[in-house]
Amino acid sequence: MKTLVLVEHDNACVKDATLHTVTAAAKLGEVHLLVTGKGCASVADAAAKIAGVAKVHLADEAALEHQLPENVAPLIIGLMADHDAFLAPATTNGKNIAPRVAALLDVMQISDIISVEGPDSFTRPIYAGNAIAKVQTTDKKLVITVRGTAFDKTAAEGGSALVEAVGGSADAGIASFVSAELAASERPELTSARVIVSGGRGVGSAENYEAIIEPLADKLGAAVGASRAAVDAGFVPNDYQVGQTGKIVAPDVYIAIGISGAIQHLAGMKDSKTIVAINKDEDAPIFQVADIGLVGDLFQIVPELTSRL
Amino acid sequence: MKLLVPVKRVLDYNVKPRVKADGSGVDLANVKQSMNPFDEIAVEEAIRLKEKGVATEVVAVSIGEAKSQETLRTALAMGADRAILVVHEGISEPLAVAKILKAIAEEERPGLVILGKQAIDDDSNQTGQMLAALLGWAQGTFASKVEVAGDTVNVTREVDGGLETVALKLPAIVTTDLRLNEPRYASLPNIMKAKSKPLAQKTPGDYGVDMTPRHTTLSVTEPPKRHAGIKVGGVDELVAKLKALGVTA
Repeated sequence: MKTLVLVEHDNACVKDATLHTVTAAAKLGEVHLLVTGKGCASVADAAAKIAGVAKVHLADEAALEHQLPENVAPLIIGLMADHDAFLAPATTNGKNIAPRVAALLDVMQISDIISVEGPDSFTRPIYAGNAIAKVQTTDKKLVITVRGTAFDKTAAEGGSALVEAVGGSADAGIASFVSAELAASERPELTSARVIVSGGRGVGSAENYEAIIEPLADKLGAAVGASRAAVDAGFVPNDYQVGQTGKIVAPDVYIAIGISGAIQHLAGMKDSKTIVAINKDEDAPIFQVADIGLVGDLFQIVPELTSRL
Repeated sequence: MKLLVPVKRVLDYNVKPRVKADGSGVDLANVKQSMNPFDEIAVEEAIRLKEKGVATEVVAVSIGEAKSQETLRTALAMGADRAILVVHEGISEPLAVAKILKAIAEEERPGLVILGKQAIDDDSNQTGQMLAALLGWAQGTFASKVEVAGDTVNVTREVDGGLETVALKLPAIVTTDLRLNEPRYASLPNIMKAKSKPLAQKTPGDYGVDMTPRHTTLSVTEPPKRHAGIKVGGVDELVAKLKALGVTA
């Protein structure tokens, strides 16, 4: 089987989500990559070094700069004449593009896979991870999004794939990029961090979040996350959200502070290797999944912890 | 401008899903079912656009079992003007649903179709994007802000690193994220009024769509369970545990 993997990047670097997706693709067959963007030749060169990759297709054109699905999907459809499976990381970009590709190929997408069971069968979480479905598809071609945390990273070095330019992409003329407000942060990305410090409703306010959660995260070189309750209450922006409707994370250590542990939140972090919970309510559901729990007032405990580590 | 809002009946988000002992799926017998929360946000957004005078009519659509009529009545009670129910008792996959919605969109000619970004049962996150593809329309997924200006809609999207705004030519597809709005509760008088609002019943056959699933579910199982670990007595002990895990400054 010949697979085509959408490379996640920012026109400068290959994002880790790509490396997880390549691992899933390699279980199906030969791995080809697609780098689409503008001024992204360096991304293609980096992608060509990923271990085990057979070929990199590079579509470098103005119409592709912002990865608008209206412009990217037709390009992928063209390449799929010569590939059997299309895989994208289950990032907001992958989730935006893949179903558009699937519909144009008349294929029913398999979303958010967590294992490859065979050439046509996969497992995927449903009901916010409260159940795992094993599905088999009858479609001739596969369109798949991959949950990064379920697959190890392929080595970023060791390959020497050929880079081949793909031309002919045009602007569909129905959508245009206006602006982006991307959080510029020195902190690691949530989905690839080794340690995450996450705050919930119990933190109380945006000011407290800044004064209590962030110093601990920065001391540990950790990423910062939040529960939906903290996002809804306006403590932090939505891209901090961990959970069914936010990001799915699986760090080595997840420190949940003032988070009660709603099903919705657990869905996003229960695959973490070690979960640490600090909460004043000893009956909070978070303690049912935490490896290490501390019952007490986070406003005393967390600053002390920050100074002692 | 007319707005089309597809809604799905799902297991209520407050109910913990239970996997059936025979591994065939999640038990939906005698448990509360409600409108998918993201679809409620979609209905709310459509109603607000009508209240602002941007839209003239809000049409709610549901594809699924006959009981989905209740979900459509909820949309009507919130403020939708009329509803279309496409009855299909078996599995309705996103691709087939998108094909039916395409046929309905071609009949109704809405300026915008507003959908939830994903349903909280199968968590597919596909229908809106598929519908956009089939219609050849632009898509603004995971929206946290929707502004219609002339023949364009500006959609601010929740993306991994923050926010992105795109300008889409109408007609277009929008899928909703959590922060777009806070859906209203239907008042009792509006719930009563909704009972007499028009609701048309259709079948997939009326739209020439084959509902045969492409996926077969081989099994549905419980995820591996996590067990509660230990409780530590204080910060000293916690610091020691964290250091043992290699978590230090």
